[in-house]
Amino acid sequence: MIEDIRKGNRLALSRVLSQVESGSTAGSDLLEQLFPLTGHAHKIGITGPPGAGKSTLVNALITSLRQLPADPQVAVIAVDPTSPYSGGAILGDRVRMLDLQSDPKVFIRSMASRGALGGLALQTEAFSQVFDAAGYDFVLIETVGAGQSEVDIVNLAHTTIVVDVPGLGDDIQSIKAGILEIADILIINKADHPGADQTLRNLRTMVEMGYQFSQSAKHRLQSPPSQPASQPAPTTAWKPPILKTIAVDSSGIEALRSAILKHAKWLKQTGEWERKDERNIRATLARQISNLLFSNWQSQVDPALMETTIQTVIDRKKSPQDAIRSLLAL
Amino acid sequence: MPNKKIRVLIAKPGLDGHDRGAKVIARALRDAGMEVIYTGLRQTPEMIAEAALQEDVDVVGLSILSGAHNALVPQVINKLKANGQDNVFVFLGGIIPETDIPQLLEQGVRKVYGPGTSTVQVSEDICAAVAER
Repeated sequence: MIEDIRKGNRLALSRVLSQVESGSTAGSDLLEQLFPLTGHAHKIGITGPPGAGKSTLVNALITSLRQLPADPQVAVIAVDPTSPYSGGAILGDRVRMLDLQSDPKVFIRSMASRGALGGLALQTEAFSQVFDAAGYDFVLIETVGAGQSEVDIVNLAHTTIVVDVPGLGDDIQSIKAGILEIADILIINKADHPGADQTLRNLRTMVEMGYQFSQSAKHRLQSPPSQPASQPAPTTAWKPPILKTIAVDSSGIEALRSAILKHAKWLKQTGEWERKDERNIRATLARQISNLLFSNWQSQVDPALMETTIQTVIDRKKSPQDAIRSLLAL
Repeated sequence: MPNKKIRVLIAKPGLDGHDRGAKVIARALRDAGMEVIYTGLRQTPEMIAEAALQEDVDVVGLSILSGAHNALVPQVINKLKANGQDNVFVFLGGIIPETDIPQLLEQGVRKVYGPGTSTVQVSEDICAAVAER
């Protein structure tokens, strides 16, 4: 299987992704075998509110990346939300990516979020490892339409692109915490719509006001103070460029591509590339350990005890804190 | 713990522009708990087979109202097979004359649904077929 995907067998690649997504033992064995082959791909995150044009932008951007002289292989992981009621999902990002459908060096995989918050699915990170190991040079990760706090992408991607559109709010919105401050590159898409210049001014003010501060804020987000990253912070801070695009007719896409390549160069020159990898590994380990501990606990806890404890809390005879103590004392 | 959802590709091959039916089915299957990849209008058989491959779907639903089903459907099925996806449940919806149905079934279409079909029927058929594999 591993040999096949390294050789470019697309069916094998697709099946490995399904194994991984299902969370099966076979899937996790495959991931383990693939891991030593990872660490080469440039992972690019694309986030922004629903309808901002993320998928259309991905379509235009990949078309542009594919024209690079190195003839890179490009993978896309497109995440859309799962219905909290039925558990089903409509994955509609491919509709905007029809230009890429017949390119044998492009692979697009849609993913449902399956209840994960934070803008990604539980296995999005694992998918990026599979593509990385399969030899893809760029892995683009499109998050679900994000509001203000879906910022998981920052731990996964080397370069985070935040797509904004005109008319979504005033300058107060732009100084709030959240997705705007995680941007390595800021995009104002639909720049032909009214209000684009106002949005540009708001974003520029935000960036000017605090890009150095936001660098240190990012540092805190990704590595808690108890676990400082072992390598020192880069000496030259990256100032996020703000670019206007009209993704439907590919205008501004060349500038976006240049900014991405420039960011990759900066990451490598400053050692930030390795630091991001380190933070990502820390975050992944912490997440997986907490999932594992939780599912171990869940499989051991007596369901009857669980039910009676919940009832005592509902009856206000026990506090939630007290209930937790008795449920954890196995 | 393993968590396998049924994945369905809904596509409209050919040139007709009426995608209401495809969207209704996509929505109904979503509500039945499936993950539905919607690829939109004016797809070639190559594009549909390639999307089915990349998405590793269990089911492909084709919506055709143009009358081009006899030309397009066998092409989609042959391309799926050529890619190694012989096991995919292919169903067809739209305006399909009854006289064409036996031939389509012989070519590998598993179900043909006309106007008035209950969406519950479609999702039950899919669940049964996927469980059978």
